[in-house]
Amino acid sequence: MAQNKSSNTIIKGFVLPGLVQPLLSPDANPGYRKIRTAFEKVREEIERSQADLILIYSTMWPSILGHQIQAMPEPEWNLVDEEFHELGTIHYKLKIDSEFAECYNKHALKRGLHSRTIAHHGFPIDTGSVVALKLINPENRIPAVIVSSNIYSDRAETVVLGKAAVSALKEQGKRAVAVIISTLSNRLHADFIDPKDDKINSLKDQEWNLKILEFLEKGRLEDVAQLSRQIQREARVKKVSNFKPFWWLSAVMGAHNRYTGQIYEYQPIYGTGSAVIGLTPALNASRDLEFDEDAPEYYTGERNVLSLSSESMADFSSQQNSGNFDGSTEMENEDNENI
Amino acid sequence: MATEPQKSKTKGAIVAGCLAPHPPHLVYAENPPQNEPRSECGWETLRWAYESMRNELSTIDHDVLVILSPHWRTYVGTHILATPHLKSLSVDPVFPHLFRYSYDIKVDVELAETIHAVCQEKNIPTKLMQNPDFRVDYGTIVTGHMINPLWNKPIVCLSANSVSAYYNLDRMQALMMELGAATKEAIEKSGRKAILLASHSLSHRHFTSENEIPEDMSKEHITNHSLYLWDMKMINLMKAGKSKEMVDLIPDFTEQTIAETESGGLTWMMQAMDYPTYPAKVHGYGTVIGTGNVVASWAPKSSHSAPTAHSTQSGVQSGVQLGTK
Ligand SMILES: [Fe+2]
Repeated sequence: MAQNKSSNTIIKGFVLPGLVQPLLSPDANPGYRKIRTAFEKVREEIERSQADLILIYSTMWPSILGHQIQAMPEPEWNLVDEEFHELGTIHYKLKIDSEFAECYNKHALKRGLHSRTIAHHGFPIDTGSVVALKLINPENRIPAVIVSSNIYSDRAETVVLGKAAVSALKEQGKRAVAVIISTLSNRLHADFIDPKDDKINSLKDQEWNLKILEFLEKGRLEDVAQLSRQIQREARVKKVSNFKPFWWLSAVMGAHNRYTGQIYEYQPIYGTGSAVIGLTPALNASRDLEFDEDAPEYYTGERNVLSLSSESMADFSSQQNSGNFDGSTEMENEDNENI
Repeated sequence: MATEPQKSKTKGAIVAGCLAPHPPHLVYAENPPQNEPRSECGWETLRWAYESMRNELSTIDHDVLVILSPHWRTYVGTHILATPHLKSLSVDPVFPHLFRYSYDIKVDVELAETIHAVCQEKNIPTKLMQNPDFRVDYGTIVTGHMINPLWNKPIVCLSANSVSAYYNLDRMQALMMELGAATKEAIEKSGRKAILLASHSLSHRHFTSENEIPEDMSKEHITNHSLYLWDMKMINLMKAGKSKEMVDLIPDFTEQTIAETESGGLTWMMQAMDYPTYPAKVHGYGTVIGTGNVVASWAPKSSHSAPTAHSTQSGVQSGVQLGTK
């Protein structure tokens, strides 16, 4: 199994929920306030980290044509959440590292991905990224870059997207904190509730959230990444093809379990399992218990998931296992469950 | 009401229903003044289909357009636009290079509130959207533009509840039937003459990459043949006047073709119109980055009358010549 030699480029990793309540209505429920307080702790940690960049992968920014990378230097807007519009308007003005965005895009393309940068006034930056940046980087002290989550992509493409970020960091000599915007279980209540009565939507969601938290508290990032398909089946509403954020995070931080995990907070927000979690590279590893998927370096494109011609079946090969990037070891093909 | 003069107490009616898909490519190709990017051409079969449908609607007297849009996706209940005036810039999150559209929309708040009230009576979870900073989703704007580029009629917009993702397609059908019946009842109470717009494609598997020239029509086709066969199956049922059979097929169709019928618009509209047994007018079918789109209308004979002030041309009447860059 190849190990990603990226630990010097990523100082810390964070898992942050993207719902608006901690920003707009923190006192509607004591749990929302606790999440807000946890965001503030993350803000302090990031300020102390001396990171050059906040690198965000948001599950709340879906894309179709490959991946999109935000590159507008100072995007500004009055955002209203499409679900919780009654909670108010969020004015934001962000600071984006456009140069890094271009560099990230260059490396994504070089690794066979379809991607592009986005720099249009009024582009709808996703609520989750805005909420997170308002809370962890309110003064824009550190520039950010945000990358979308492609609705059709699966593990290989997402892992390669993470590795492209590492290549860009290395080229620019930057150190970053990596952030994924994602809830654990993502099932909201289907009917309107009094925020005071908020709870995790189901016992099953609760059990899976606790399992994920248990892993991450022990620093077992790659184990959680490799459980992503099962998490998708068990604890996620199927809005997209798969549960991808931990694939990206482990590819960016290094696909192993040598982390110190910290659960800052875990609370229900409108039924979802919303957790604020930190991961810091460490010397000691938890045991690697769940590894069975591989770590491709390149993405070789369309897998024709709906075109089941005999030709495409016969020629199927989702990954390139030669021409190694960054001198890493050879890879096996994988992902054939996508056919 | 803030946007319309007081209506008489006569019973309102749904005077037409349209399947009106919302690929932003169609607005891009029309080059209207509201949209910033410029195109050379593109997707003419669908744009001409819309032109034909606008011509038809110009003969139907109506007060309001009621849209159900998949791109206002809500997970907690169905939401209803209820702010009198919404003006802003809409930038498509997936195709920002094609769609950056300045909109200025009047909302029929009284009808929105009536739909909300009827839904409350029937225990259908709904919420009014009253934040004036809210940005209207691009599905609503594309469909609204292609139907009425002058925006001289108020709209009501309903969100698409994500019930199919949370439960399944049968539960989606059930919710949309309840919502359709409630919409009909509210329109009748309101005294409005309303046109319903189900804003979505049929089969919905996109290409995952784009050509250098987005409007290069030599590259446009359905993603695969099975999607095409399913689209034709649905369209033939529309043409045969078998709307109930078509709606019954929606769960299978949606599952087989990842169809945007998943959002419930077509089910909602057919229920509200009591499942027309007359043929739909199919104005045209075409693909947009691989997805299947039909422009079709259902209008009872009694609806057709003299032309109204409805705008019939999208680009030309707006002062922009079609087909020029
Ligand atoms: Fe759509």
